[in-house]
Parts: sequence; C-alpha cells; structure tokens
Amino acid sequence: MSQYYTATDHFVLVPAIMLALFGCAILLFDFWVFPEPKQRKWLLAFLALGEAFAGYGLWQQHTYIAGQGIAELTAFQGSLVVDGFSLFFNWMFIAAASIVALMSYRYLEVEGEHHGEYYSLILLAQCGMYFLASGADLITLFVGLELMALCFYIMVGFLRSDKRSNEAAMKYLLLGGFSSGFLAYGFSLLYGLSGSTKLSEIGVAIARRDPADPVLLLAMVTTTVGLLFKISAVPFHMWAPDAYEGAPTTVTAYLSVGSKAASIAFLLRIFLGPLASARAAWEPLLVFAAIASLTVGNLAAISQHNIKRLLAYSSISHAGYMLLGLVAGNETGIKGVAVYVLVYTFTNLGVFLVIVALRREGLVGDNIDDLAGLMHKSPGYALLMLICLLSLAGIPPTAGFIGKYYIFLSLIQAGRYVLAAAAALYVAVAIYYYFRIVRSMFMSDAEDAGAMETTFGVRVAAALTGLGTLGIGIFPEPFLRFAGQSLIR
Amino acid sequence: MQHLWLIPTLPLAGFLVNGLAGRRASKTFVNAVAIGSVFLAFLWTVKTLFALAPLETPHIERYFTWIASGDLRIGFDFAVDRLSAVMLMVVTGVGLLIHIYAAGYMAHEGGYYRFFAFLNLFMFFMLVLVLAANYLLLFVGWEGVGLCSYLLIGFYFLRKSAADAGKKAFIVNRIGDFGFSLAVFLIFVAFGTLDFGQVFAKAASLPVEHTAGLLTAVCLLLMLGAAGKSAQVPLYVWLPDAMEGPTPVSALIHAATMVTAGVYMVARSATLFTRAPLALDVVALIGLFTAVLAASIGLVQNDIKKVFAYSTVSQLGYMFLGLGAGAFSAGIFHLVTHAFFKALLFLGAGSVIHALSGEQDLRQMGGLRSKIPVTFWTMLCAAVAIAGVPPFSGFYSKDEILLAAHHHAPWMYWVGVITAGMTAFYVFRAMFMAFFGSYRGRAHAHESPLVMTAPLMALAALSLAGGKIDVPRILEPVFPRGEAHHSPALVAISVGAGFAGIALAWLLYVVRPALAGALAERTGFLYRLLYGKYFLDEIYDALVVRPIERVSRVLLWRGMDVGLIDGAVNGAGNRAQGIGGVLRKLQSGYIRSYAVWVLAGAVLMLVTVALAGGGR
Repeated sequence: MSQYYTATDHFVLVPAIMLALFGCAILLFDFWVFPEPKQRKWLLAFLALGEAFAGYGLWQQHTYIAGQGIAELTAFQGSLVVDGFSLFFNWMFIAAASIVALMSYRYLEVEGEHHGEYYSLILLAQCGMYFLASGADLITLFVGLELMALCFYIMVGFLRSDKRSNEAAMKYLLLGGFSSGFLAYGFSLLYGLSGSTKLSEIGVAIARRDPADPVLLLAMVTTTVGLLFKISAVPFHMWAPDAYEGAPTTVTAYLSVGSKAASIAFLLRIFLGPLASARAAWEPLLVFAAIASLTVGNLAAISQHNIKRLLAYSSISHAGYMLLGLVAGNETGIKGVAVYVLVYTFTNLGVFLVIVALRREGLVGDNIDDLAGLMHKSPGYALLMLICLLSLAGIPPTAGFIGKYYIFLSLIQAGRYVLAAAAALYVAVAIYYYFRIVRSMFMSDAEDAGAMETTFGVRVAAALTGLGTLGIGIFPEPFLRFAGQSLIR
Repeated sequence: MQHLWLIPTLPLAGFLVNGLAGRRASKTFVNAVAIGSVFLAFLWTVKTLFALAPLETPHIERYFTWIASGDLRIGFDFAVDRLSAVMLMVVTGVGLLIHIYAAGYMAHEGGYYRFFAFLNLFMFFMLVLVLAANYLLLFVGWEGVGLCSYLLIGFYFLRKSAADAGKKAFIVNRIGDFGFSLAVFLIFVAFGTLDFGQVFAKAASLPVEHTAGLLTAVCLLLMLGAAGKSAQVPLYVWLPDAMEGPTPVSALIHAATMVTAGVYMVARSATLFTRAPLALDVVALIGLFTAVLAASIGLVQNDIKKVFAYSTVSQLGYMFLGLGAGAFSAGIFHLVTHAFFKALLFLGAGSVIHALSGEQDLRQMGGLRSKIPVTFWTMLCAAVAIAGVPPFSGFYSKDEILLAAHHHAPWMYWVGVITAGMTAFYVFRAMFMAFFGSYRGRAHAHESPLVMTAPLMALAALSLAGGKIDVPRILEPVFPRGEAHHSPALVAISVGAGFAGIALAWLLYVVRPALAGALAERTGFLYRLLYGKYFLDEIYDALVVRPIERVSRVLLWRGMDVGLIDGAVNGAGNRAQGIGGVLRKLQSGYIRSYAVWVLAGAVLMLVTVALAGGGR
C-alpha cells in the first residue's frame, strides 16, 4: 500500500471492486465456462455473489462509521467519501439491482435474448452508481455517471431484433451524449472558477464569489441542465417516454429506479455541496422544473395506452416531487427526498415486475388492456399491482404516502404553501390515471384466459417489492431513521 | 416478558395458514388449524394469567416504537390488567366454543376455509383490541374487527340482502369511528400521548375545573364511537340487519365479543369518564333509551334471530346504563354473563335453524321440545339467565346494574325494571313459540350433532352458574367498589318483573294462543309501530340516505364527475386539441426536435437567471 492507495482507500473502494470484479467475471465465465444456455442460472448465482460481497463491504463501512462515531470517511485525497448518504443510496442500489436480476431471467428467455452480458451490465451499471453516490470530485462523479449511462445505453438496446429497442437505445445515447456535453461544460466552468475538482474546495471558492457573477451563473445553469436531464425532469424529459417504452421491461425497471436514484444522489451532492451558496440562483430554476415536471408528467400520462409510456410520464412527475423536497431545502425536505427515492424504488419495481410477469409468448403485456381481468387470472399479482399503484398515488397505508407526506410537510414548514397545494392537486390527477389500470385489472373481463407463468425468482421479487411497499408504509420508523442518517450535514 | 404477543398471533397464524392453503386442504385440516389456533390462544391466555396473578397493577410489554413523528411517539405495546384479563378469558373462551360449534354448523356450506380464515382474523383483531396499551393500537383492533364483521356479514355475498347488510354495518360504523378518531386526535392534542397509562395519569393529575370541558368533549366523541360499535341509539340500526351472516358469526361477533368492544372501551377510559359527569349521564341515558327501545321492538318480531338481535341491542344498553351510572364493574359483569347466555341463545337458535333446514320464522316452528331436546334444555338455561331468574347468571349482573341505576337516579331503575319485564317476555315468547304447542312447519326436524350440542351444554353450564364468578370483586383493583347498595325490596321488584314477563308469555303463547293475535289486532297501531321497528330504518332512509344519494348523484356524479372531471379529462386526453394531445405532438419521436427542446430549456433557464441576475 503506497500513499496513492492506502488501506482506507481500499476499504472505501471494496464494494465497487466487487461489483466490477464480478461484472467482468460473468463476462468471462459466460464465454468459457458456461457456454450452454441452461447454465445461465449460474451467472445469476454469480451476480448474487457479487451483490453479497458488495453488500458485505458496505456493511463493514456501515459498522465502521457507526462504531467510530464519525460522520464520513474520505479516500483518494478526498475524491471518494463514505457517509450516511452514500450508504443509504448504495443499499438501495443493491436492493434494486438484485430485484431486477431476479425478475429478468424468465423475461429474457421469453424475449429470446438471454445473454450473460446482461448480468454483467447490471453489475457494471451499479458500479457507476456507486461512484455517483460516493463521489466527492467532479471527475469521479462524471466517470461514474458515464459508466452507468454507457451500460444503460447497451441494455436499452438489448433486444437486437426489436426495432423499438434499437431506436430507443439510439435516442437515449444521442440525447444522453448531448446532455453530458452540457454537464461537462458546466463542470469545466466550475473547475475554472475554483481551480479544483473537489466538491468541497469548489464550494469554498463559490461561496467567496459574487453570486451574480455571469460565469458562475453559466456554470450553474449548464450543470443544472445536465443533471435535470438525468432525472428526466421537464423540459429535458423527452428521451424518457421513448426509452422507457422501447427498452426491455426489466431494463426499464432498472432505468426508472436505479438510474433515477443515482442521478438524484448526484444532484443532491452537487446542489447541497458546491452550489449550496448559490441557492438563490438555482432555486427558481428547480421550482420551474418541478412544477413543469408535475404538469407534463401527470397530464401526459392521462392519455397513454402503453403502460411503460404511462409509467415514464409518471416517473417524470415523481422527479418533480423529489425536486420539491430539495426546493424546500430544510432537513425534512432532504430526508423526504431520501425516503421518497427509497419508496419509489420498491414501488416502481413492483409495478414493473407485474408487467414483466405478464410477458409470455404472444403477449407483450405493456398495454393497459393486457391487464384486463388480472384479478381473476392471478389475484396475487393484481393485488401487488394495486398496492404499488396506491403507493405511487400516495395513498396510506402504503409507502408512497410516507414519501409524499414528508415532501409536503417540508414545503409547509418552509412556508411554500402554493407549491404544496399545487403538488397536492396533482396527486388527484395521478390517482385518475393510476386507477385506469386498477379498473382494467378489477372491473374488466380477461380477453384471454392464459395463466401467468412465473418462476421462483419472480415470486421472490414480488414478495420483496410488496413487502417493501407495505412495510415502509406501515412501519416507517426504521426507514425514516435510516434516511435521517443519510443527511448531508 | 410473558409473550403476550403470542395470544393474538396464534389466531393470525391460523388465518394465514387457512387463507393461503385452505382452499385445497381438507375440512379436517381447516378445522384443526382454526380451532387449534384459538385453543392454543386460550391456553396461552390461561397460562399467562396464572403466571401474572394476582395482577393488581397492569402488566405492560413494550415491543417496538411503531410511529415516531415530531412529538408523536406511539409504541407497539400490549398491556394486561384485570379488566383486559376478564375480556381475554371471555373472548378466547367463548370464541373457542363458538369455533367448535361452527365446525358442525358450517359443515355443508361452501367457502368453508374462507369462513374459518375470517373467523380467525377476527379473533386476532379482537385480541389486539383488548391487549392494546394505547388508543391507536386499540383503534387498529377496532377497525380490524369492523372489517371482519363486514366480511362475515356479507359471507353469503351472492345474496343481495347479505351484501347490503354488510355495507350498512360498515357505513354506520364509519360514523362512529369518525367520532372515535376525533376523540383520539383530541386526546393527543390535549395530553401529547396516546398511551393509556400516561393519558389517565395526566388526566387524573390535572384539576377537574381545567379539564372538565375537554374531557366531556373527548368522552362524548368516544361514546359516539362506542355507540357505533356496540349498536346504541342512534347507530344501532346495523346490528339487526347483521343477522344475515352465518349464525356462529352472530353469536361470536354480534353478541358475545365485538359489539361489546364499545363497552370495554368506555370502561377502559373510566378515568376520563368519571371526570366528565355530563358525558357519563349521556352514556347512561343512551344506554337506558336503547334498552327500552330495542326491547320493545323485540316483543313482536317473528324471526328468531331478529328477536335475539334486538335483545342484544337492549342488553348492550343495560351495560351502558351500568357504566353511565358509574358502576363500571357491573357493566363488565353483565358483559361477561351476557356473552355466555346470548352466545348460547344464538347458537341454540342456529341449532333450531339447522334442525329445520334453514327455517327462521317462529310462526313456522312449535312443539320442537321433544324433537330437539338438547337444544331446548340448553336454550332454556339461557332464557332463565337473561330473564333474571335467581340464582342464575343474568340475575346477578342485572341486579348490580339496576341497583347502581337506582342509586344514580331512581327513575332509571324503574325504566330498567320495565325493560327487564319486556326482556323476560320476548325471550320466553320465542321459546314458547318454538318449542311448545304443535309443530306448524313442514321440514323434518333432527337434533344437531354432538360437535354443536357440546358447546351448547358448556355455555348452558356457564349461563346457569356464571353469576357465581364475582366479576366486580375481580375488577376491584381497576374499579374500586363504592359503598354497596343492597336493597332486598328493589331486587324483589326486578325479579318480580321478570316473572311477570314469563307468565304473560306463558299465558299468551301456551295457554291461550288465540289471545296473542287478538291483542295484536286490538292494539293495531302500536303493534304495527313495534313490528315496523318504529320505522326508524325508513326515517333514516328518508332523512339521511336518500338526501346523500341525491347529492352524490346530482352534484358529485353528474356535476363533478361527469361535468368537471370527465370533462377535464376528456378534454385533456382524448381530444387532439387538449393538453395531452399537445404534449403528445411535442413528443414527435425525432431526436433533433428533442435536442432542440433540451437546448430551448437551457436557453430559457439562462435567460431567466441572466434577467434575475441583471436586476440585482
């Protein structure tokens, strides 16, 4: 161990190493050791092992931080940091990646595109997310973002013979590159302003500058554009419906929770870190983006017939709610964002899981009519869908209520009554389009009597998402405490 | 730790097993799980109570913090004191007997596993309600039993009347629950906690002048909740309809346990009620009024289960009279004895109905005494108990209540005595119509199997001897006994009223059966008024149900839903000119236009920031 790679550095890096290592191992093993299609379940076991080791690394970080009573542990001369925030998000990524992997196996078989790379990409994308949640340096964050995004570009286009999938991947890639350009431009200006790529040093430099400095404003705006694109906030949301619809459903699920959560973590790091002192300048922008996201997301969702598209718009509106927590800016608000992301992760995975479970030979399952009569065909999944939709709409006793509650509470505490009222109003609209799905499931007759074929993995994933969505709603206390610890001081 | 949590968890496990696996399992398996889980809960209750004896102070077990938000901190805590101990014994004991009985009664019904799963779920919530150590947890149990009641009333959901009765029970209970939840909010605002121990300690430590107004409001709202759950005026209307459910349900939920939850809750809040004399008076008045009203309706009903349903309402009124008169232990005493004899009456009625293949009309019965002797003799035990014949159980508990009422306000005693006479009359009227005279029906009567008659015999023994369980003395640590009001004359009068009622029923339905019809014709208006239940259902319908229906149809449905919401949604969604359509058009699918939007957004933001910055 040299001064360039200390024991602390290693300790902080272990989960990322595990994810990358097993990601690469899956590629090699897929090629040499398990070439038979039937042996692919071993790759899934590899992924589980990778997650387990990464989880063990995280657990050690967790206990170390708690045991030492310190707030954070920095490594690589301050470009990586382990704190409550990074731990909170990384635990969530582990849960999301595992659930997605569990539901992917049969889905990819049905699609006829089952390749080992898929599991490798899940892990590598998660590795990128790890750096987004733990990065404290512009370069680290940017590389993490691109690592994650590149994996997603490939995964979105994973169905090679499907035109929509290819088109979605191409759009996502081009627009993603376009927005990364904005972000890189913003980052370069931030570096120019402060002479450092460390978030903490940039923060100090910015706090010393005139808040109306045009260069600072330009840097802030371009950075904001890049970040808002990643969380698919209006008006930078255009890629989301097309990418969500075209991507394989399991990838859409991963994209909607993993990528979104990591981008939110990234966004919080930037806005609450270096840009904190320029709050007066960026707050109106975020208010605008939040309200625009709520408006466009909710209203456009009403007229969708494709569930994946509908969920894309719904995820745009959820980005709006998350931004509102940041706008409120108080402790409740930031905690609210963390809880919201957690809740949204479980809930959205649950919804996508039902769509994935519906997929079989001859049924795509992404049209609202495909869900007709689901209550009679498989009541368990219909119930899971109901719980998750209630949660997305924010109705107690589901988790979604807790998430929205803290966002609204923070807005009220911050005296932002108009915003709180507007946000609450859009909940009513959201209930309308979520319940179109419910109505289809419960009130319509099934068009075909084909039963759902599910595997053990899908059932486990269903149980996890259902328990998460109901559990957080009924016993929010431990999760709230956990989210509270994630606050950046 | 006595692991109190095991008591409700056992029936919950039964519910889960039967609910998930019962559909494919055999009836024996379903029986074993359902009855076994309740039996184990009963055993665990007994074991726990022996271990905790003498239990003069509450035993509290705190499991985890359930909700913590701001100042609100609510634990998932169970507590047991002598009051909840008595309730636990009644719920698990009588519940067990009824579960056994149901195995025979439901043997030929469809949805067997579903029935037992719901019954176990009910036991779970009822035990949570009794064990809860704070108002919120009690509310969880409270709502849970309501849900199970709804599910079980509507068990034969293909029958419209059953589905309607379920809905009625649910909606009427919502009104009561609204009051209860307001009371809980108010308690939290006033005391900053919902924990029983802390609330009562704080209420007791404050001077009465400071808290009288607040506590009166709290107690009146609590009483509203109790009136909904325990079927008191003005919210009693759901209980008679609830008889649409299977008879074991009527016995367990709508006679012995759930409907007494309101009584339990008021008794549990005794510390608050005793500091709000006005609310206590309201409790007594509501109880008394309900007792008379329901008893008078019961005089003329012809459906055997309806007679007992009104009887239940009336007896619950008695319990509230006792509570309102400040004799909390007397109210609970009557709750216990009532659980014995009313469960027995219902189960007996079920046995009669079972014997006659579903016949419930008393006019189609008669002379069953010799055909189903076990049912007859056991029901007779219950009848003498409820009529207040000494030395059987009802005599003791009713006596306590009436004496307390006399001490509180003598006129209440006299009304209570009249009600006692009516009670004896309608119960024996039902008995005589069913078991004496000649058989008027067509179905072939047969005695029920042992699995049904054994619980009847056990309950009969309890109905006869249950009065020897000196509940008020058991409850002394919770409700200290005031001075005793013994008065042989008052006791003799109330017993006399009971005998008079029995004698009158004997005269009208055995000696001179023609007389009853003549009397009904002579008193035409009064008879129709009683038979039509004072037309209260019709009045509620006209005053409450239809106006609400009209408002929701005209204003909410046509106005809001069709006009406003559908209009808005159709406008936004379906028409191309609508917002949704415009948004859709923007979503052209062309990457270059998307990129332009990103650029436009960036420029817009820059302009905004630049303008805002320039203004400074």
